Amino acid sequence: MTYTPVEIPLDDETKKEFQRGFNADGTKAARVKKRLTSRTATIVSLIIAVIWIIPTFGLFISSFRPEELIKTTGWWTIFQNPGFTLDNYKEVLFSSSSSSPQLGAYFVNSLAITIPVVVFATVLAAMAAYALAWIPFKGAGWIFIVIFALQIVPLQMALIPLLQMFTTWILPIQRFVHDIIPIIPEQSYVQVWIAHTIFGLPLAIFLLHNFISEIPGELIEAARVDGANHGQIFLRIILPLSVPILASFAIFQFLWVWNDLLVALVFSGGTPDVAPLTQRLAELTGNRGQEWQRLTAAAFISLIVPLIVFFSLQRYFVRGLLAGSTKG
Amino acid sequence: MTTADLIGKILQLVGGVAIFAAVVGLILFFIDKAPKRGRDVLQLIAFLAPAVILLGIGLVYPAIRTGIAAFANKSGEFIGLDNFVWMFTQPEALITLRNTIIWVILVPTISTVIGLAYANFIDRSRGEKIYKSLIFMPFAISFVGAGIIWKFVYEYRPEGRDQIGLLNQIMVWLGQEPVLWLQTAPMNTILLIIVMIWVQTGFAVVVLSASIKGIPAEQLEAAELDGTNGWQRFTNVVLPGIRGALVVVVTTISIATLKVFDIVRTMTGGNFETSVVANEMYTQAFRALEPGRGSALALILFVLVLPIVVYNVRVLRKQKEIR
Repeated sequence: MTYTPVEIPLDDETKKEFQRGFNADGTKAARVKKRLTSRTATIVSLIIAVIWIIPTFGLFISSFRPEELIKTTGWWTIFQNPGFTLDNYKEVLFSSSSSSPQLGAYFVNSLAITIPVVVFATVLAAMAAYALAWIPFKGAGWIFIVIFALQIVPLQMALIPLLQMFTTWILPIQRFVHDIIPIIPEQSYVQVWIAHTIFGLPLAIFLLHNFISEIPGELIEAARVDGANHGQIFLRIILPLSVPILASFAIFQFLWVWNDLLVALVFSGGTPDVAPLTQRLAELTGNRGQEWQRLTAAAFISLIVPLIVFFSLQRYFVRGLLAGSTKG
Repeated sequence: MTTADLIGKILQLVGGVAIFAAVVGLILFFIDKAPKRGRDVLQLIAFLAPAVILLGIGLVYPAIRTGIAAFANKSGEFIGLDNFVWMFTQPEALITLRNTIIWVILVPTISTVIGLAYANFIDRSRGEKIYKSLIFMPFAISFVGAGIIWKFVYEYRPEGRDQIGLLNQIMVWLGQEPVLWLQTAPMNTILLIIVMIWVQTGFAVVVLSASIKGIPAEQLEAAELDGTNGWQRFTNVVLPGIRGALVVVVTTISIATLKVFDIVRTMTGGNFETSVVANEMYTQAFRALEPGRGSALALILFVLVLPIVVYNVRVLRKQKEIR
């Protein structure tokens, strides 16, 4: 709601008093705030925030403690049992001994899976969203509703047949590529890329369509009158105007793919050639669940990228979240 | 990882993106050159077909196949409802269903209640942004990472030795004996649920907080002038004002909870009576090599989210009519 300011006929003295009064009281929002936030509320929210942060904090502290200290004393006794080391990180990332986690390769895999998928899904979804919003044809409404509904279908429904199809159709191509370029392993990223792109499309099309369909029609009409076809309109008008929502979705997709475990387990084959960090971590907790000096450091390495993305781009992330959830 | 491996990976990354860019570029280029007659149709196909074909092949068709496979056995023969009979009679499968129900009742309710209280408490307070970031952060990290973080909290050391898990240390401080938390049913399911609540509450806070900000300050002030106390203002002004957002939060978290897999997989592997439908689906289909049972479990998952899909589609269509 917006208000038009009303000029009230007042003498200067009263005006000044008003201003002073407002300054002392603060703005309207501040006055409301004062009455609504009690001391109890502040304390309760502080307690919740502390409870929420403690588990991560404990893991973070522990990842810098030497092995024998992690395994014998709690991280909260850090002042009684001081110790600091970077060996845990060094070992999980770079050690090449066969018993160590060798996370370097998996870290590269996570990046090599995530980046292309973000590009693929965003571009394909933007094209589809444009067609659904601005190329009039019969059935556009229905296609959109089906795509929207697909968003909620559990991807578990698709896994088994999709894997069978990939084994029949994609695997021979992967073998063929491997024969020509031996440096590319037989088990390549293609399957994971395709699976992730497909699973990301419904949300992507929905989010982008909401935004793209709100672009003023006059802009597109004007371009058409000037003789632009759909390809040009898409590249020159739609894409530049949609940058905020494209960024929001790209962040979503990035986090979702980086953090995924299920799709990776099914389609990666689990080799260091393809498997992402999450899969390796899950393996480590299963096999060597007591090696806390490794687990803590390894977990933090997998968290660091999403946390950087999250804290630096939180604004876009929240915008996408709200666009997706308040309209759906 | 050798240098050759690394080069191979970079080659794949660059090659994959380049091929994709080339294909999309060619499509956009050729629809420019298309004959005038039927150009609109060609353009429509060029824009829409890639996504629709991918979704059709990769999601719709497999989902239908899974629906059919749910009524077949290992070798693909039709066996009627046997897979479902197994699901609703075998004790282990029943525990799985029971756990899923506990999850889907507890996680959305508790996350939403904590999220609502928190969003309300921090609204317009000093440091609101920092408060929000702190509780929202778990939402950005993986379930696997969250699983490890909490596994460390639940870690057990025999009595008499120093505890390294915070929860058992608290037990010791309270004069209790430490517990093998993750192996002790039914407590372990609750402890896994706490992890999911920890992750999802931030989402509730962000959406509800934005929605609370949408309530005009005048309404709150008017209610205050009428002599209401804080609680009355909350139930009579704030709650009705954010009803839509509440529904979105609860349904979104419910769907996420029904699909939860990674937390259970990482923390207990579904052992010790902690399995849920999504995890059991994976175990049956890809570990026990019983695709029929796996499909049946996936189908149950779909049936459980179906009401939410129908509801959302109806809301969406109503919104479209308003526009």
